[in-house]
Amino acid sequence: MLFKNHGIIERNSMILLVGILLVVSIGGIVQIAPLFRVEQTIEKVEGVRPYTPLELAGRGIYIREGCYSCHSQMIRPLRDEIERYGHYSLAAESMYDHPFQWGSKRTGPDLARVGARYSDAWHVQHLINPRSVVPESIMPPYAFLEGREIGIKDVVDKHIVAQVRVGVPYTQADIDNAKTDLMAQADPNADSEGLQARYGGKVNVRDFDGDPSKVTEMDALVAYLQVLGTMVDFKTYEPTKAENLR
Amino acid sequence: MVRIIRAGFWGACLTMEPNLLKSKALPRFDIFFTCGLAFLVALWAVFAVSRAEDIGMAVHGWMFLGAAILTALGFVFTAHGTALQSDQSSYSDGVIRFGVIASTFWGIVGMLVGVVIASQLAFPDLLSFKDYGFLNFGRLRPLHTSAVIFAFGGNVLIATSFYVVQRTCRARLFGGMLPWFVFWGYQLFIVLAATGYLMGVTSGQEYAEPTWHVDLWLTVVWVAYLLVFLGTLWKRKEPHIYVANWFYLAFIVTIAMLHVVNNLAVPTSPYASSSYPLFGGVQNALTQWWYGHNAVGFFLTAGFLAIMYYFIPKQVNRPVYSYQLSIVHFWALIFIYIWAGPHHLHYTALPQWAQTLGMTFSIILWMPSWGGMINGLMTLSGAWDKLRTDPVLRMFVASLAFYGMSTFEGPVMSVRAVNSLSHYTDWTIGHVHSGALGWVGLVSFGALYALTPWLWKRERLYSLKLVEMHFWLSTIGILFYISSMWVSGIQQGLMWRSYNEFGFLTYSFVETVKAMHLPYIVRAIGGLLYLLGTCIMAYNLWRTIQGAVAKKEPLSITNPNLVPAE
Repeated sequence: MLFKNHGIIERNSMILLVGILLVVSIGGIVQIAPLFRVEQTIEKVEGVRPYTPLELAGRGIYIREGCYSCHSQMIRPLRDEIERYGHYSLAAESMYDHPFQWGSKRTGPDLARVGARYSDAWHVQHLINPRSVVPESIMPPYAFLEGREIGIKDVVDKHIVAQVRVGVPYTQADIDNAKTDLMAQADPNADSEGLQARYGGKVNVRDFDGDPSKVTEMDALVAYLQVLGTMVDFKTYEPTKAENLR
Repeated sequence: MVRIIRAGFWGACLTMEPNLLKSKALPRFDIFFTCGLAFLVALWAVFAVSRAEDIGMAVHGWMFLGAAILTALGFVFTAHGTALQSDQSSYSDGVIRFGVIASTFWGIVGMLVGVVIASQLAFPDLLSFKDYGFLNFGRLRPLHTSAVIFAFGGNVLIATSFYVVQRTCRARLFGGMLPWFVFWGYQLFIVLAATGYLMGVTSGQEYAEPTWHVDLWLTVVWVAYLLVFLGTLWKRKEPHIYVANWFYLAFIVTIAMLHVVNNLAVPTSPYASSSYPLFGGVQNALTQWWYGHNAVGFFLTAGFLAIMYYFIPKQVNRPVYSYQLSIVHFWALIFIYIWAGPHHLHYTALPQWAQTLGMTFSIILWMPSWGGMINGLMTLSGAWDKLRTDPVLRMFVASLAFYGMSTFEGPVMSVRAVNSLSHYTDWTIGHVHSGALGWVGLVSFGALYALTPWLWKRERLYSLKLVEMHFWLSTIGILFYISSMWVSGIQQGLMWRSYNEFGFLTYSFVETVKAMHLPYIVRAIGGLLYLLGTCIMAYNLWRTIQGAVAKKEPLSITNPNLVPAE
């Protein structure tokens, strides 16, 4: 049948074109479409919130520098990974990540739970010269982040508007206060009450890079690294509950 | 009722072709299209340059503006006389000659960047500047992957598809100057993407790093490419569409679908290079690997199988081994490939049913993949002796062997248990390169060696000895590369999961990094050998274009001592 009638397809480019389109659409539709039934894809957990403006700026630097080429952010439920990096990653933990940064290669270690593991000073020193703290490291130096002002600090509200458009639940107040929130998070002397009211009391407010004179890219990147994996309180999470199995 | 609908559908399909054929009735839409587009691009670029919110957009705005001005100048200088008219009695080969040169150029650039980043992993202080980030591994790595896949591979695909579709349809390329628009538009895309990566302008999705404005530009170019290809099929004088063209068509259409869906994004401003993808988290992950794996499946496999289906029968002067096998493996390959993406996400937060589907289809995919290899290899039936005398054919056959090897390794690695070891390690890198260097690279070199004498009307290549040297350099380079990556990948995977007698992890992470040092040096040497081979090819092609023949090699290549075993 197939061989006898294949001549029809071979003689008509439009039938061939439509045939190809149909055949290559099926797999994607079957696999991707059901994922948007969110309640079946993403666990309900407490604590996951959108990034603060400073963290979002830091995330932008993480993406800009291609950190995902060498660092994953996805801990698999394997014994050695859980012991090395912590609780396995949940879908909920990256649900506000546009784009996702799960990565595909660990030339360096996984960073899904690097937050609150090292001091700010360690991160700053490590980014300036990785081999000064880890002699065997093969990571490139990022000293140029130090002292460089954040490129998007005057347009960060536009970034948050774009985030809202792709579905991240920021409020109007988040947008209106984005610029002041960005500055306030890296300045322990600033009034950060509004920031903490909007993003929760757990938000890290401090001078991340040790340079109080300005808010730098180093501040932003360290603020982002320090929040990674710290949002969910795993003491209250029951992985074996039926609703958390997928 | 169903019958009527079906009859109507087939009828519509059948009548559409002749109607669309009347391209003569269209008053040079290609010129209007190109001029109009250049005007729109220029208009937007003026705003982008003056209002740019970041350095990336400012630079790209100037590039777009420059391209529009060059287009306008081109029209001014060619509008008189007959330069813009196309002679329907001959094939349009000028654009393909440019394609051959561009492929070779981008191949060397991409592989050179590859050698640089491989060396950076072995010697981390190489090219690292304290005050700038633009030559750090994280920015150069997308430059390498995009340059070899999209710049080198893409140019090879566009050039060969333009050549093959004309010969197998016995028709000149459709669309007047549209093929030239496709070629130059694609080069602009490459330059935009590459400069963007160096400036840190990236969307942060692997193999889809170009940002929204570059993606939009590629979409326009790609639609024009589809139109040129389809239009040439519509003009064909052969009743049947040759099998190579099925693969080219599947490649063009599917890449369009993948590119558009995976790059849906909201820019932060019309004059900023930054944007956020529409999908996030787990949905973004699956869409991305649906895209990523099928960039392999349709860009690097279907497209290059099309090359195989034309150039191998040509080179051995035999018909394709089995027509029925080509039908079965074509439809099976394009149907199954699309499902395989989730094997990149084993043990992640992707729901397990999706992972299992991805694994299952990846294993099934082994069969249609080998269908293509068998069809290619068996085409040599009765002509295997040519391998002794024709190093270009040897290139094609070696490429199929590597294709067979990596399409076996792939399904093995897609098994969850194997993947738990191989994922996140260099084994994946080695696997990709056995496909990329072995299959895509060698089949492209074969096609470039075949095309150059044909396009420049030379009797033969400048030197077959240099082809032979290229063959051995690249093959040894690949072996260095993949074996060092097997060693480092499997070793690192085992070290990560190793426990000591007290039940503690044996190695800290950085100890496993230290253990990679030697394999990384061997890998860089392998890449260097491969690059060296490509440079020799570039010299050989250049001398061929000049019309030279190596002194010690007479024009006739037949060796009287070797008798074909027929």
